[in-house]
Order: sequence, then C-alpha cells, then structure tokens
Amino acid sequence: MTVSEDMRQDELETPAARRMRLVEKYGVFAVVILMMAILSFLEPDIFPTTQNLTNVLRQIAMNALLALGLYIVIMTAGIDLSVGSIMALATMLLAMVDTGGLPWPLVLLVGPLVGIACGAVNGLGLTVLRLPHPFIMTLGTLYSIRGITNLVSGGRPVSGVSPEVRFLGSGEIPLPFLGEYASFPVSAIVILVCYGGVAYFINKVSLGRHIVAVGGNPQAARVSGINVDRVLLIVYCLSGFFAGMAALMMAGRTGAGFPNAGIGAELDAIAAVIIGGASFFGGRGSVLGVFAGVLVMGLLRNGLNLMDVSAFWQQTMIGMIVVGAVYVDVLRRRAGAAS
Amino acid sequence: MTDMQSPLLEMRGITKKFGAITALDHVDLRLVSGEVLGVVGDNGAGKSTLMKVLSGLYSASSGEVIFDGRPVQLNSPRDAQDIGIEMVYQDLALAGNLPVHENIYLGREPGRQRLGIKIVDRKLSRRLAKEHLDRLHIEVKSVDQKVEELSGGQAQAVAIARATAFDARLVIMDEPTAALAIKEVGKVLDLIKRLRDHGTGVILISHRMDDVFFVCDRVMALFHGRNFEESEIAGTSRNEVIGWIMGTKGHTTGLAHDRL
Repeated sequence: MTVSEDMRQDELETPAARRMRLVEKYGVFAVVILMMAILSFLEPDIFPTTQNLTNVLRQIAMNALLALGLYIVIMTAGIDLSVGSIMALATMLLAMVDTGGLPWPLVLLVGPLVGIACGAVNGLGLTVLRLPHPFIMTLGTLYSIRGITNLVSGGRPVSGVSPEVRFLGSGEIPLPFLGEYASFPVSAIVILVCYGGVAYFINKVSLGRHIVAVGGNPQAARVSGINVDRVLLIVYCLSGFFAGMAALMMAGRTGAGFPNAGIGAELDAIAAVIIGGASFFGGRGSVLGVFAGVLVMGLLRNGLNLMDVSAFWQQTMIGMIVVGAVYVDVLRRRAGAAS
Repeated sequence: MTDMQSPLLEMRGITKKFGAITALDHVDLRLVSGEVLGVVGDNGAGKSTLMKVLSGLYSASSGEVIFDGRPVQLNSPRDAQDIGIEMVYQDLALAGNLPVHENIYLGREPGRQRLGIKIVDRKLSRRLAKEHLDRLHIEVKSVDQKVEELSGGQAQAVAIARATAFDARLVIMDEPTAALAIKEVGKVLDLIKRLRDHGTGVILISHRMDDVFFVCDRVMALFHGRNFEESEIAGTSRNEVIGWIMGTKGHTTGLAHDRL
C-alpha cells in the first residue's frame, strides 16, 4: 500500500473502525507471535530449535492443504464436509495404483484427479440437483466416499508406497549450515506454492474475484453476468483438488493408504479457516489469515505435546479458540453496524 | 440519436406464464433513443416481470423483442448486456464486500487474458471507475470504499454507474428512489435526466408520481399483466395515471387521492 492510499484510508475511518480493521487483519498473527513467545519462554531448549520448528511445518502440512480448500468454499458461504473422506479415498487409490505398478509420475496425478472428481460430484449435487445447502450434499459424500474407500480396499490398509511418490510428503532438503540434522521439509514448499497460488488467484484473477463476489451477494454476481453455478462447481472442484494434494502429504508421511485416515480432518480444517478470520457468511477472509489459523492449531498441538499436556486438553482448547475467534468476528460486525 | 420514427426497442406480445399463473398477457412496449418511459402499475401488475424478461433474467413464454431493428434472443443477463441493455435492480444487486470500482466492473473486469485466465488490472479498473463516476457527477470518497459502507443514495448511484459503464443504449431502473432519503432522490433523478441527454433510453419503474412526472417523457400503465393505457406526459395528469394504476380510465378529478 502506498503512503497516499494509507492517508486516504485514514480520512475514511473513525479511530474505532480503524482499530477494528487492524484487529481483523492482523489479530490472528498477534496470536501466533504471542504463542511462539510463550512457548519459547516455557520450553527454551526445545521449542525455538530448527528441528522443532520444521517439525511443526511437517505436522501442519495436511491440515494446511485441507484448510486452503475449505477457505475457498467458505468464501462463497459454503461448506465442504467431505474433504477428510476425499483425502482418504485419494490416498487409498494412489497407494493401490502405486503398489500395482503404475509409473510414479502418473501416481502423483491420481491424488489430485480423484480429489477434483469428488469435488465435481459435490458441485454438481449443489448446482444440478439444487440441494438446499452444501452441508447436505457434502454430508452425503462424507459418508459415501468413506464407504467407497472401504469398499475398494476391503477395509484394509495398503502399504508400500514408493519413495518417489512419498517425496512430496516426506522429502527433506538438508540445511547443513543450521546444524548436522537440520533440514527443510519438501511438504512446506508444497504448502507455500499452494498458498501463494490461491492468494494470487483470489486477488488477481477475474474468476477469483467472482468467487469473492458470489460470497458477498450471489444475486449481484448473477445479474452481473457471472455464471454462479459454474463458479460454485469450480469452487468445490478446488476444494477436492486440495484434499487430493493433502492425500499426497498423507501418503508421503505414512507410506500407506488407511481406510480410516482423516476422519474428523474436515473439522480441523474448518476450525483453522474460522480461527484465521474468514467469515462463515462468505465474502470475507484472507489466505494469509487461514495460514495463521493453521499455525495457531499447529503451535497449540506442538506446544502442549512438548509440555506433556494430555491430548484431551488440546481438543478442549481448540474448541475454545474457535468460539473465541468467532466471538471476535461478532464483535466486529456489531461495531460495524453501530458506526 | 436514432430517428424518432424507428424505435430503439419494441416488445411485441410478450407473455410470461409461471405454471398456471399468467403474469404477462400479450404486452407491447415501444421506446425510442433518448426517451424516458415510465412504467406504472399496482403490485403484481407485471412491471418487474416485464423488465426481467427484457434484462434476460426470465425468458418469455411467447412474444418477441426487437432491439435496434433486429429481433433478439435474451436468455441471460449477459445476452442483454452484450447488446447494450442494462438493469438497475430494486435491491441494487451490489456486492457489499467489494469496493466501488470492482462493483462497477463486476463480471467485465478490465485486464489481460493469459492462458485462458483473465488477470484483473486493478489500477486500470480504479482509474476507469473514477473517470466514469466523474462523468456522471457522482461523488464517492474513494473508489476503494466498500459498497456496504455507502449511503443508500450513493449505492444507488454506483448501481447506475455500473449499468452505464459500457455505453448502455437502454437502462432499466426498478424503483430507483424507493429506498432513498428525500434529499438523495433529486440526485438520482438528475442522473436519469443526464442519461437521457446522452441519448440513452431509460425505462423507469416507479410508484412515485413525482418521479414519473419529473423525468419521464411518456408513461404506460400495466394492469393485471396487460397493457392498460399510455400517454405522453404532457397529455395526462397525476390523478389520471393513478386511476390507470387502479384500473380505471378517464379519471381526471381529484378523487383518486381521496380513495387511496
């Protein structure tokens, strides 16, 4: 933002509105920095090490990609409950074709393609069958796709995914200048590329702007000549695509397809998007915010693990953070309505 | 400007049925360039339905639309926009979460095509929006302001700016002053006059007789989905038009208001 634009913003806003805007934009990053400061203080020998911080990056890879897909969906005031199941099916199918002998470059395509296909089913259910809310359609596919995953695998895991396929999810780039064992996970680069791509798409590409417009007022988008059904179809395909990318992370980390993988993962992804400040009513939220939301959840898990706090507390606290984050959104809306 | 004899728009025998209900029954409409036509009628008379047929939102069950001398098919808002028919909706149909300039160019963003995707040129969009608003004498603090932060009149002005951003030949306005504060009404009506002076055809749907008699050249009334009566503004009066809205003709005394 240039200086003159900053000044123009100053003229437009009351001090209170300006404060709210800053809280909205950067509040979640303040939470991330605060958490990192507290963890560095409580666990000075373990938390701030390269080893541990890159570990956080490894642990958040899957949720980061699922959340990125859900961010796009939630921008349109939609929801996609099926991403956990899509990820499981994609992981299972790519593990099966990989162990079946398909060349690895093609196996890498299987994950995203299965994701896009499942997303297309969601999108068509919404736009062709005209189901009243995406909650219904994706609740259906949450069950059905999980069922199909069990059917194709007979309910048994498929292990032995080849190293080439595992590279994206578990590859490491050595960083010898930071210590003997220091390395940077390839999965973090995948995340970076995906987040950068979506940020560019949403902010600069006309279709991305149409997605934001559909989230703001679908009627306005329709009368502006935007094909809203086409936009929604693409949105759910994108959500499926990122679930397929998450499947590559999963296959990389575990080297296997598990029929029960990712149960409840959609809820973690939704939580990250909401913590990141995206509005459930659509049209509001940033890619950077979603990344911060994913980091908050990752740091919380990492920190509580380091301090030997029970996983039950992790659940409890994530729940409270979700409620707290949305309450901030409510306060902001109330302040906006009052001004 | 087109010759006054050859109309810009002719709708002939437009019929629209919703299931068993006939919303429009063989309705005709004629408009020349640079003319402001008021369309009046009671709730449910078919005004909005007729305009939605014209803007491509509904497709007619039967009848034809002739625009600029050629028969046209209007199957979507985009079809209508492509030939220069734009509509300003009663509920404005703006995306409140987007800034003014993006709303003006929504769906038709300036930008470059690269590999089949369009990269939006925001600088150009801002500049074009600013120039266009200046041309129409519309004042907003900044084209970067979100539409949800605007007053009703400003939002209405933005909606009109959007409708005229691409050299519209015909602009349809559905109750543009209904939701406005009184001091904002005048500004919107002035804007309509400015459009007419530029040679744009305007169809104004309004319940407010003051608006109709201030800006319109001609007024036509629908009643129960049919053409009821029409006249040059100079040849009629408020009370007579109010009579048409209620389905009575030859109503020239002051009784109409007393009955309401």
